[in-house]
Amino acid sequence: MMNNALLIEAIGVQNWTYILVGLTFTLYIGIAIWSRAGSTKDFYVAGGGVSPLANGMATAADWMSAASFISMAGIISFAGYDGAVYLMGWTGGYVLLALLLAPYLRKFGKFTVPDFIGDRYYSKIARIVAVFCALLVSFTYVAGQMRGVGLVFSRFLEVDINTGVIIGMIIVLFYAVLGGMKGITYTQVAQYCVLIFAFMVPAIFISIQMTGNPIPQLGFGSELADGSGTYLLDKLDGLSTELGFSEYTEGSKSLIDVFAITLALMVGTAGLPHVIVRFFTVKRVKDARKSAGIALLLIVILYTTAPAVAVFARTNMIETVSNQPYANVPEWFKKWETTKLVVFNDKNDDGLVTYLSGDAFLKGDDGKFDFSKPNPNTENELYIDNDIMVLANPEIAQLPNWVIALVAAGALAAALSTAAGLLLVISSSVSHDLIKKMINPKISEKGELVAARLSAVVAVCVAGYFGINPPGFVAATVALAFGLAAASFFPAIILGIFYKRMNKEGAIAGMVVGITAMLLYMIKYKLGWFDDVLPDKSEWWFGISPEGFGTVAMVLNFIVSITIMKFTKAPPKEVQEIVENIRIPSGAGEATH
Amino acid sequence: MINQEKPKAYWKENIRIVLILLAIWFLVSFGAGIIFKEALNEVKIGGFKLGFWFAQQGSMYVFVVLIFVYVRLMNKLDKKYGYDE
Repeated sequence: MMNNALLIEAIGVQNWTYILVGLTFTLYIGIAIWSRAGSTKDFYVAGGGVSPLANGMATAADWMSAASFISMAGIISFAGYDGAVYLMGWTGGYVLLALLLAPYLRKFGKFTVPDFIGDRYYSKIARIVAVFCALLVSFTYVAGQMRGVGLVFSRFLEVDINTGVIIGMIIVLFYAVLGGMKGITYTQVAQYCVLIFAFMVPAIFISIQMTGNPIPQLGFGSELADGSGTYLLDKLDGLSTELGFSEYTEGSKSLIDVFAITLALMVGTAGLPHVIVRFFTVKRVKDARKSAGIALLLIVILYTTAPAVAVFARTNMIETVSNQPYANVPEWFKKWETTKLVVFNDKNDDGLVTYLSGDAFLKGDDGKFDFSKPNPNTENELYIDNDIMVLANPEIAQLPNWVIALVAAGALAAALSTAAGLLLVISSSVSHDLIKKMINPKISEKGELVAARLSAVVAVCVAGYFGINPPGFVAATVALAFGLAAASFFPAIILGIFYKRMNKEGAIAGMVVGITAMLLYMIKYKLGWFDDVLPDKSEWWFGISPEGFGTVAMVLNFIVSITIMKFTKAPPKEVQEIVENIRIPSGAGEATH
Repeated sequence: MINQEKPKAYWKENIRIVLILLAIWFLVSFGAGIIFKEALNEVKIGGFKLGFWFAQQGSMYVFVVLIFVYVRLMNKLDKKYGYDE
């Protein structure tokens, strides 16, 4: 026993990471070869016979991106209560998806979201608008994933970020191009297992360390294990106010903004094409309902653990560094300093780390912190990146090396699975919605499959390019992706199913107005391109942030759609029959062209 | 479709189920987790203030339950109308 333990320690974090990442990558490639696609149906909807459990797991992996895995717990640990907008927003959308969209879209039985919009609204323009939205949403999203892959490689394996992005591209390319939806689905099943294991193991360890309770969801509401009888959350509330932050359990956003952001994220989730398309892969309507439930259950395991990790990490972090002599900080602090995820500047030269609220550094022209310019207006001396809360958490809690390596493998699984799902939406938008449905309807099955594979290759290269040269507004545009989906797809699909009289004039006008409003608000208040400086919060409409504006744009879409519809003629009889037909669950048959 | 009444009746019952479940969906998240958070925070269960707990834990558990309840109710409804397969 003793020898084994020594051996395990001797392998080291670096080698553990190579071993675990290598093993998981081999697994993904093996699955891809076993499940390669032979037809367009395999490529777009995995042959249409995926079981609800497998589809639920794949959906969960597809959904949980590098952002969910790496950044979310960190964001919550700095935002406290306000972090709930992401937790409720990114899970509550599945209720909408299960009750309002998935069963009907499955019954409709086509391959893509633009397919539904195009057929239901009997219009090429509607289809083009939908393709445009699908591409915009997916590209903004996928660039972030590629960047995530690169970051994980660079931090854990000490290769250059760009090399990391390229390795990630090759892996995704391999199984997305070879396997299409079929390959992606079964690798995502494996990736779900890897990522959830990697997220839970450190969380359980730390929960036991801090509170003695092995279930993190209960642990962060328990008393501390130090015998003081204090509740962990009360302690953190106290620490936060002491350092000049607002109370952890209270938050600082306004009620209306929390409301708007949560709703925008929920509706945006339900409208994201890479999530919706997953429900085309199951056999029957009842399977679509069930797999939405399974997917959410599997997602909620991670999402209810994240706020616990946030509390553990934040408490640990404050206790380890606040008011400690810089000379004595632990090893992880120094290690992450080299990556600029932790930056310290001893403004008052007392040799102690002063950690208080407020920005420790000034922002440069690009909106990022400039670490050569300490902020003279605050006493805070420490910058801590959100991402460190998950990435460095095992080190902060002094967990064994293999756990640290596991986090790297999990983060890669999360980033790769989401990237692959998005790439598939992009390639099917191009090969199916653009080439087959608009440019060359006579293309053969074989030709379409070649086109699908080629567009996947191009999409991976474009995504990789953005991963290596990220435009400054990537972070902003990921939030925009949800707003766009909320403002465009969601109302058009809901009205298409639940309002038989909704016609193409109404739907197109609604989508165009919704997207335009969202884009303009985002450009003005998030990117600040209309003014010389970014307008202040006080100028926001109704006090709603750009992240929450999707809600307003969605309401606008509904109002415009219904108003225009009232003044234009009802849709043709065949279309009304389609609507009646999708409301009946039986006879879904298989997805077709 | 020979019998026009059957699909209509099915649809009506379906809408009723969806509306009831969405009302609960709204109450636990936007209600308990956001609008009435302050009031609920007066109540503490273990170390959790109740409003905070609904926002960061409870609403998500209810979401999962809601979907599985929906699956059950709809499977029953499908059987009743002979739409199951």
